[in-house]
Amino acid sequence: MTPPLGKDLLALEPLTPEQIRLILDTAEPFKEISERAIKKVPTLRGSTIVNLFFEASTRTRVSFEFAEKRLSADTVNVAASGSSVSKGETLVDTARNLEAMRIDMVVIRHSASGAAQFLAERIESNVINAGDGTHEHPTQGLLDLLTLRDHFGSLEGRRVCICGDVLHSRVARSNIWGLKKLGAEVGVCGPRSLLPSAVSELGVHVFDRIEAAIEWAEALNILRLQLERMQGGYIPSLREYNRVFGVTRERLERAPRDVLILHPGPMNRGVEIDSDVADGPHSVILEQVTNGVAVRMAVLYLLAGGSPALAEAAKGASDR
Amino acid sequence: MARDRERGNREPGTGNRNDAARVVLRGGRVIDPSQNLDATGDLILAEGRIDSFETAAGARYGDDVRIVDCAGLVVAPGFIDVHCHLREPGREDVETIATGARAAAAGGFTAVCAMPNTQPVTDNQAAVGFVLRQGQAANAARVHPIGAISLGQEGKALAEFGEMVGAGAVAVSDDGRPVASAHLMRTALEYARTFGIPVADHCEEPTLAAGGAMNEGIVSARLGLKGIPAEAEEIMVIRDILLARRTGGHVHLCHMSTKGSVELIRWGKERGIRVTAEACPHHLSLTEAAVEGYNTNAKMNPPLRTEEDVEAIREAVRDGTIDLVATDHAPHHYDEKEREFADAPNGIVGLETALAVVNTWLVKPGIIDVATLIDRMSVSPARTFNLPGGTLRRGTVADVTVFDPGREWTVDPARFASKGRNSPYGGRALTGLVMCTIVGGRIVHQAAG
Repeated sequence: MTPPLGKDLLALEPLTPEQIRLILDTAEPFKEISERAIKKVPTLRGSTIVNLFFEASTRTRVSFEFAEKRLSADTVNVAASGSSVSKGETLVDTARNLEAMRIDMVVIRHSASGAAQFLAERIESNVINAGDGTHEHPTQGLLDLLTLRDHFGSLEGRRVCICGDVLHSRVARSNIWGLKKLGAEVGVCGPRSLLPSAVSELGVHVFDRIEAAIEWAEALNILRLQLERMQGGYIPSLREYNRVFGVTRERLERAPRDVLILHPGPMNRGVEIDSDVADGPHSVILEQVTNGVAVRMAVLYLLAGGSPALAEAAKGASDR
Repeated sequence: MARDRERGNREPGTGNRNDAARVVLRGGRVIDPSQNLDATGDLILAEGRIDSFETAAGARYGDDVRIVDCAGLVVAPGFIDVHCHLREPGREDVETIATGARAAAAGGFTAVCAMPNTQPVTDNQAAVGFVLRQGQAANAARVHPIGAISLGQEGKALAEFGEMVGAGAVAVSDDGRPVASAHLMRTALEYARTFGIPVADHCEEPTLAAGGAMNEGIVSARLGLKGIPAEAEEIMVIRDILLARRTGGHVHLCHMSTKGSVELIRWGKERGIRVTAEACPHHLSLTEAAVEGYNTNAKMNPPLRTEEDVEAIREAVRDGTIDLVATDHAPHHYDEKEREFADAPNGIVGLETALAVVNTWLVKPGIIDVATLIDRMSVSPARTFNLPGGTLRRGTVADVTVFDPGREWTVDPARFASKGRNSPYGGRALTGLVMCTIVGGRIVHQAAG
């Protein structure tokens, strides 16, 4: 039997809507495990997983680690600093050495687009992309979809706008593909210098003004503005960015409806998002974090060969 | 003052025991666009020169004659590649002048021009002389050195064009390190006039192209790779054309990749400006789609562009707006290509697939005929860079390429004579195989079987 997702999870672009729904549906029963006093099931007992992080990350790495541990996998974290990577070892050699240790899965975060695929093509283990350069961050996209689905029921016809630095954002790409595959309408909004010049060919609505985006959207996914974009000459200042593109309470109050607020974190409060929006009644930012663990458990479980029905069984007889 | 045209008299190596005083290429279809010749017969080479062309069938030759059966094959003036990277001195691990010259011969090239972005840079007469001597010792295709425009290719001070030409350089170029300074480009075009050499420019506006790994467009947006916009090339194309108009110098534009560049070159040529241009086989055959899956063998600079660009480049090769085909042969070690896309070096090998690629993508679909292919790969390069060869006229150097335009073969980079294996055509079935390459009357390559 071919595993339902194939060997790896590298990106949302190549997935079918059915595969995405399968992951989200599988995540549902896993949500509950994290609510228990003893947050552990034996599903991946005996599996070894390496979290290979070539870029600094707190949230994503911890989220994966919790997901792995709650499924009883044995995990090792490898950070780029202090490892052989900083001694100049190539990615292909790193991959071969991991493979030689007979591991089952690798979760990789890397600054180069395509690094996860590069690794996946060279080792037998399952590979999960935890963010590759400016390409994709599929589990972030999935947890955003799960969060939106929790609130909207179905994403069909829903209008979601991704705001900010789309050009350099792997979160944006995963969201665009995931949302479109589930039938949502997707908008993007940001300074044109931070949108790909071919953005319209991605099949999204493009908004030059945040006011117009807010008027259109039912949910905003507000991207983190990387502070180095200013040095790169893409925008003049964070102050002006906030004045022109910041999501503020004043702007949201003029919206014709309540707008759900998502942010992949970490937030620059007062730059792309104001504090009273981040902490406001329509913010689902912490739900995203909670859902992140469930989605990652689902992905680990499905790549290990599990089926959705077994996921229900895996969480034991005690629930519901 | 015309340059020393006797360069062509230098024989690449001496005393090969397989040499026959006379070689007869028997019964081939001899196509020489330099004299509008297209006829079947025997091409006779003697003493390293084109001796005669015999159209009567069944002619008899003496025992001392080496006869090569060319029935069903095309006999053409030897191909000339005005743009390749042979990596010596400096990176002999990825190519040497000897392996590069043999790869050239295997690809039907009887002469190649070696770009000066070596380590150290070929920016003085001694370095030019080294390349020339290594080329002669290789005993394969002729190797013509190209000198640097600026010392160390640093884009600051002009290199000594006069001394480099005296030592055998046929052109100057800072290829690989684009000439950012318009003043330097202007001065180079002016100064080169004394020596009658082209200034070959790699057109790339560095601030627009910085950090780019592929064409900027929908594919780069999807893959999350930094793009190089077409304008990075086109801005420099029009700059160079305007400077050629100002100076009267001969600017040669390397590896043109965009539709906009073609339009600008057309504009320049219509005004009589001394601009020539080349296109590479990969820009005539592949699009940015080849990068999908982060294929580092589809990474080169300028990058593969869109279908619209490829069509415009093909049409420009057909109508002569682009004068010639050059390979930009750029071998790299497999380790260097076996890595993250953004970190992999630019460039692919091209000498051993050039004929087949141009034949497969341009001749087979009827965009150009075989005579035009021969013009763009032999006659025009010789004329543009003022090189010996590029003709089968009586008395000229016997540099000849024999190929089978209908023969299908599958590219296996492991079998390349080049040390480089970085080809995007590996595993592809192409049509058109080089059967025999003759330099100065001596067979330097013959296809097995």
